Amino acid sequence: MANKTFCWAIIDAMREEMERDDSVILIGEDVAAAGGSFGATRGLFDKFGPARVRDTPISEEIIVGLGVGAAMTGRRPIVEIMFIDFLGLCLDQIANQAAKTHYIYDGLFKMPLVIRTSTAVEMGIGPHHSQSWEAIVSHIPGLKVVMPSTPRDAKGLLKAAIRDNNPVVFIEHIALHRVKEEIEDDEFLIPLGKADVKREGRDVTVVATGLMVARALAAAEVLSKEGVEIEVIDPRTISPLDIDTIVESVRKTNRALVVTSSLKQFGLGSEVSAEITERAFFDLDQPVKRLSPPFTPVPFGRQFDEYLNPNADSIVSAVRELMA
Amino acid sequence: MTQDPLEIYRRLLLIRECEAQLNDAFAKNRFPGYLHSYLGQEACAVGVCDGLTDSDVIVSNHRGRGHYLAKGMAVKPMMAEMFGKASGVCGGRGGEMHAADPSIGVLGGNGIVGGGLPIAAGAALSAQMDGRGAVAVAFFGEGASNNGSFGETMNVAAAWKLPLFLVCENNLYAEMTPFDQTVAQPDIALRAAGYGMPGEVVDGNDVFAVREAAARAIARARSGEGPTLLELKTYRWGGHFEGDPRKYRTREEEDEWKARCPVARVRKILIDERGIEAAQLTALETQVASEIAEAIVFAIDSPLPEPETALSKVYAA
Ligand SMILES: Cc1ncc(C[n+]2csc(CCOP(=O)(O)OP(=O)(O)O)c2C)c(N)n1
Repeated sequence: MANKTFCWAIIDAMREEMERDDSVILIGEDVAAAGGSFGATRGLFDKFGPARVRDTPISEEIIVGLGVGAAMTGRRPIVEIMFIDFLGLCLDQIANQAAKTHYIYDGLFKMPLVIRTSTAVEMGIGPHHSQSWEAIVSHIPGLKVVMPSTPRDAKGLLKAAIRDNNPVVFIEHIALHRVKEEIEDDEFLIPLGKADVKREGRDVTVVATGLMVARALAAAEVLSKEGVEIEVIDPRTISPLDIDTIVESVRKTNRALVVTSSLKQFGLGSEVSAEITERAFFDLDQPVKRLSPPFTPVPFGRQFDEYLNPNADSIVSAVRELMA
Repeated sequence: MTQDPLEIYRRLLLIRECEAQLNDAFAKNRFPGYLHSYLGQEACAVGVCDGLTDSDVIVSNHRGRGHYLAKGMAVKPMMAEMFGKASGVCGGRGGEMHAADPSIGVLGGNGIVGGGLPIAAGAALSAQMDGRGAVAVAFFGEGASNNGSFGETMNVAAAWKLPLFLVCENNLYAEMTPFDQTVAQPDIALRAAGYGMPGEVVDGNDVFAVREAAARAIARARSGEGPTLLELKTYRWGGHFEGDPRKYRTREEEDEWKARCPVARVRKILIDERGIEAAQLTALETQVASEIAEAIVFAIDSPLPEPETALSKVYAA
């Protein structure tokens, strides 16, 4: 066992997969000698050289397009788009090309492409660097969308994403990059599309994603002292969503709260809430609740991020309301 | 490269007949959806693809049949795909703007103008890493050259010396908009210099000129020297799509270009310079016409894919 940061878990995942499979390559801005804008590619250029680890121009569309074309011709590319806010520049390659190529051509091509990107929620770095766009990419059939909440999950999920034959948007919360966890030395994979019960409980099901998982767990400690036990479920893969695990939990607890940094309107919370309502309406003692940032862009400054996003206190209050 | 000019002629005819007969089917209401005719541009596809092998790949656009046929796609399943039939190369789900066959290096078409360029660069990156001298070709129109993907592709291809061959078919109109209303500089090929690669303008209606220029670009890519931009000046005889009333241009202009017919031009050379009997050419023409006619019958007679198949293959195993 080694104590690893989320960031090093990501690097380890890529290194192990690149060692295992020559067809895995890494492409993006500053990923080579610089070791990544967030340090998440350190050492890979030295180990695998310039053919497999490449710095690109600041050309987001071509970065993803290179990945698409390379994936269609036998590689397993990992491409890095620095911030999820920049996906607009390469959405054609993601949505129209990567996501649909296997489908359009009736399975003639596979698309083993990983698009690693980051979300900087709670970093306070302003309106073009603070958005949560997981719902935008999750609305595209053919893509898988993964958002880990712990270092161990990040490693296992990224390894599985690299081996998956579909395009995967892999979203890293930069605020989680420094978080540490003991991770076993033996190889392990975490399957895509499988939610994880991060804490068991009988009273309320709290579905939380990414950065919100730790906050839900913190809220659980507070609530536990009041005699309220929440069950915290981390979907880990946002699309396809493991709704079965969520619904099973709601059948037990009869109450549900969804906590995301994805905007409330048309957001991830809306989707989870609607699914629960469709499948387990008669098991519910209360309407499903959502905690999400309100419908606004994000101004510069940490105080705004803190104000807009759910936190342990707001989770505790929401759970109390559900229990009332 | 084929040395036999008769074979070149046959390939031109194949595309010509395909387009002419499809237009006819469209006029008779027998074709589903849009039809983006390639009539008049045959020399571009044939000249470029003549220098390619099955290991080389092409990425096409929305006007793709000429490219597919020139690259050697089997006629019947390609035709069935155009009609959206289950017997098509992609089971009918790609339809008129999308057909692919990786076994002969066709990586598909595109419904997004400029969408194929970055993908071709990615395929070129793979080819470069394989180190076997394979080349990737991107076919696109002059309209696509005003898309950001064009600049991004040119830049990275030149910076990384990718074995990429960029083929711009400048047919003077992007949908209804004449070229000179959207660009100040009439030669797209000149843009190559700004990115650090050779660019060349060639008569896109002269299959032999295209073939020679393409051979240079392909050789350059194969030997690791990097990308080339070729601009082929040509003309689409029909509208942007069949049924387009073509109010944005004159019939005189169309007639002028038809007088430069890329197919008739080769026919004349074969007779005048190679001494081939007109009767032999007529026999070939009849044979190609019936091959296409049979393919269209095959396509029309083939069943549509079952609607439930829409739910399959969203994800790869
Ligand atoms: C991104 C995008 N914008 C607009 C369109 C609509 N459209 C389809 S073809 C076309 C014109 C393309 O012109 P060009 O690239 O010159 O090719 P040509 O049709 O002349 O062969 C347009 C605007 C599209 N399909 N994709």
